[in-house]
Amino acid sequence: MDWSYIFAVMVTSAFGLQAIVFGLAAIGINVQFGYTGLLNFGQAAFMAVGGYAVAVTVVELNMSFWWGVVFGLIGAVILALLLGVPTLRLRADYLAIVTIAAAEIIRLILRSVTFKDFFGGSDGKQAFADGFFAMNFLPPDADLRIGPAVVNESQLFTYIVGWSLVALACLVVWLLVRSPWGRVVKGIREDEDAVRSLGKNVFVYKMQALVLGGLFGALAGFITAVGAQNVNPDSFKTDATFFAYAILILGGAARVFGPVLGTVIFWALFQGTDVFLRQAIDAGVPIVSLMDGTQAAVLRVMLVGLGLMLLMIYRPQGILGDRRELALDAR
Amino acid sequence: MPDNASTPAAMSRHEEAMRILADVPREPGVPKPDPILVADHVTRSFGGLKAVDVSHVEIQRGSITALVGPNGAGKTTFFNLLTGFDTPDTGSWLFNGKDLAGVPSYRVARMGMVRTFQLTKALSKMTVIDNMRLGATHQVGERMLQALLGLWRGQEKTVTAQADELLARFKLLEKREDFAGSLSGGQRKLLEMARSLMTDPTMVMLDEPMAGVNPALTQSLLEHIKGLREQGMTVLFVEHDMDVVRDISDWVIVMAQGSVIAEGPPGEVMRNEAVISAYLGGHHDKALTDSGVSFTEEASGT
Amino acid sequence: MHRRVTAALGAVLVALVALLAFANPAAADGERIGGQLENRVDGKKTPVEGVVITVTGNGFEGSATSGPDGKWEVPVPALGNYDVTIDVSTLPEGVALTEEDKVTIEQVPVKPPLFNGLKTVTFPLGQSTATTTSVWEQAAQLTVSGLEFGLLIALGALGLSIIYGTTGLVNFAHGEIITFGALSTWVLNAGLGLNFFLAAIGGLLLSAAFGWLNNAALWRPLRKRGTGLIAMMIVSIGLALFLRNLFQFFVGGDKKSYTEYAGLAGMSIGPVSVTPTDIGIFITAILALVATVLVLSKSRLGKATRAVSDNPSLAAGAGINVERVITFVWVIGAALAGLGGMLLGFTQQVSFQMGFQILLLVFAAVTLGGLGTIAGAIFGSLVVGLFIQLTTLIVPTELKNVGALLVLIVILLVRPYGLLGRRERIG
Repeated sequence: MDWSYIFAVMVTSAFGLQAIVFGLAAIGINVQFGYTGLLNFGQAAFMAVGGYAVAVTVVELNMSFWWGVVFGLIGAVILALLLGVPTLRLRADYLAIVTIAAAEIIRLILRSVTFKDFFGGSDGKQAFADGFFAMNFLPPDADLRIGPAVVNESQLFTYIVGWSLVALACLVVWLLVRSPWGRVVKGIREDEDAVRSLGKNVFVYKMQALVLGGLFGALAGFITAVGAQNVNPDSFKTDATFFAYAILILGGAARVFGPVLGTVIFWALFQGTDVFLRQAIDAGVPIVSLMDGTQAAVLRVMLVGLGLMLLMIYRPQGILGDRRELALDAR
Repeated sequence: MPDNASTPAAMSRHEEAMRILADVPREPGVPKPDPILVADHVTRSFGGLKAVDVSHVEIQRGSITALVGPNGAGKTTFFNLLTGFDTPDTGSWLFNGKDLAGVPSYRVARMGMVRTFQLTKALSKMTVIDNMRLGATHQVGERMLQALLGLWRGQEKTVTAQADELLARFKLLEKREDFAGSLSGGQRKLLEMARSLMTDPTMVMLDEPMAGVNPALTQSLLEHIKGLREQGMTVLFVEHDMDVVRDISDWVIVMAQGSVIAEGPPGEVMRNEAVISAYLGGHHDKALTDSGVSFTEEASGT
Repeated sequence: MHRRVTAALGAVLVALVALLAFANPAAADGERIGGQLENRVDGKKTPVEGVVITVTGNGFEGSATSGPDGKWEVPVPALGNYDVTIDVSTLPEGVALTEEDKVTIEQVPVKPPLFNGLKTVTFPLGQSTATTTSVWEQAAQLTVSGLEFGLLIALGALGLSIIYGTTGLVNFAHGEIITFGALSTWVLNAGLGLNFFLAAIGGLLLSAAFGWLNNAALWRPLRKRGTGLIAMMIVSIGLALFLRNLFQFFVGGDKKSYTEYAGLAGMSIGPVSVTPTDIGIFITAILALVATVLVLSKSRLGKATRAVSDNPSLAAGAGINVERVITFVWVIGAALAGLGGMLLGFTQQVSFQMGFQILLLVFAAVTLGGLGTIAGAIFGSLVVGLFIQLTTLIVPTELKNVGALLVLIVILLVRPYGLLGRRERIG
């Protein structure tokens, strides 16, 4: 058992690509669900819109990376409007069902043979990130070594950009939630009729929250696309949304840094468990070695599900949250 | 009453309303000299049951009008319709001369007609002062961009000062930083009323303001309602308790089975034959009651 | 109460592991790669004989020819990964791979858990585009398969809907109950070698018990704690993730078939051809739905169920034991869902994610019909099933679910209370 390797993996995972991507996605869900009470179960769709916008703009439209970013952000706004208009006037569970359905619609279209020429089918799209890495200011040999793990300069650049976006997103959320705007959405989360009776256009606030959260989702999509230098329909499955929910609830919903803390801990544990289990299997540890590698990977997701249940039951406020304030157990 | 005598201004507003309404005929749907609200042919049915069927009603400006009636008479549904929280099948109504039919609830509130709820909607997971601040209208900080740029701090001070003033008036100032959920039922009613005043209304619609309030607070609530009239606001309130109605209202509108069956000053209305039989012969109302009750529960649960 | 929930969760875990442990017998000696070639045309399956299949890998090459029942098997020397290739030139005329580029399935893992050492590989075969039928014949055939699919969705939707109606829970783990029905039947049938009908009855009973367990171990304690509906919805997502991966952990990611039923010849009724399996599915599903509707409308417990759906506190006040009704609803709902999954196992094969894949369609059906209404759930399901199948006349098959989900969104826009729902229910 190589503990230093396991530790190195945990550290690099805690601050690595996935942590950034899911941190941003969870910040978006925090705006929507944590503060406003909107159940967006289609965050994966917003991520897909961001990622594919960059890929398709560069590869198929031969335009620059930045146009891809612009299209991705516009696409996320349009998607939020399309989902919000029919559902934001209805009960909370309708938004949940429609957003999860929309995410699946988008994924099915992206991976379809019919649109393969444009979206690349189940193989996805590659070779679009040059415009992004052209901005890399780090010297070519700027590798970061954490024990046995090496982070090369491209990865390092992606992480720097990614964590900057996380910081920016946190700043935006922090500024908003302590303002009168934040007061209104928190009111909506608890009782939208009360807020309505005070002359606030509840629909507009919900829509703003949905759009803003969707934009953070699109940012997550950009980072996963350039970081992996690949977009693939299957990285935007419904499970991605549910992982982001688990991260948010772990860190603490309705807390500015809840999603950030959640993502760091989640990915350290998630990847740490993976390496640990694989090493245990190789080392022939009793019981554990009855599993194979696939089963170990499946076991991790099983534990995510179990963790989400237990958190929701015993500590719905997560690590940072305040149970009194949290409206999760309302209704 | 002795304490009324000690405030001559209060007497004058009340007396003025009484004087104006003195010549108004005591019949359902009667025109008023200076109506702030005029409703025509407002109907709403639930699965074949007509919960509300009001052909004509007017509310006198500057008065306290009580809306009474047996359980399930359609009072709350009528309230919901007037304030845009429910959509009528037919009907139109003018508030301050402006047509309100089809206007969404938030805009009704912005136009100066603010309401409270039968089941109090104090936002229990917010502090008392934040509940109050939420009530203020035209806050620049409630717009996303301005909120991001922090352009709201100046106005926040004004809003907070206004909120503190109202909290002091409603004797809630020492609860300022507490979560609203920690207040008693009566204090929540007070908070909800104070919060509604933050919107600077011209007409206040109170849905059973006395429900669930302990007797010690009842008198204070009544004084606050009278105070609204003294400030020139019009009050329409739903109430069951006839003593309360007699004590504070200038005019009473009685509803039964969805329609207005009688109108008049409190003392006279309570001797009205139709009213007495509606209250006593509540047999026909059973079906209506169920529909009315279940509706309000669903509406408030959303 | 905390301890109770934990204990209950533990009990679920132990029960599931105990059940699924059967599914993981030690690999028998003599590992083989094998399968059954069936030409599937409009839901009718016929075995395909005389097709050559080659297995290569780990320095080994072997081949087999499919028999009269369409079955083929190639023994492999050792555990490991193999490439499996079908020789398309040996396919009979008019038969083709439904996915033309899937001539070779690469890196097929032969490793435990395997049943009797057999690793199943499927080459989906269908009508080659050379022979075509008229649009009307296709439409007739698709109507039948749409109704069939709709009935299967209805079995899931009815359960989801009555559970929602009585408890308010939008259960995202309902798909896993569907999967459970299919998997438990498959374990009893293919794993323990039971006759299919016995296995099916066993699967049905296990599904009902699983529903009871879900409620008793998780949802009832949560209701007692006063957990909010949205919190419960998120718990159900956690449960769905957990169960789906638990299933995969024990039975693996590949698709499986029941034994003993396959390869029955189809018959033609007018322009429509159906197999005895299809007829069996129709009869079973209709009987189950009719029986459930009768029970819900006629029996005392059924009437109590509707009373609880209308107004739980009023029902409790009227002396109805609400918890007993909810237990009943969970058992019935899970049995229906399990039955749906079991029947779905015929048309789509059995896999750990079959229920998850159909869950959104079940949601669409329930929403379409109107959340919480019985007739709405069935009606919505038939609409969704028919819609999905009939749109394949215009839309590529791979996108057929897209249309149904889009319709869901459009319906919500114009009739948020569903096609059969009442306007007031939305509040």
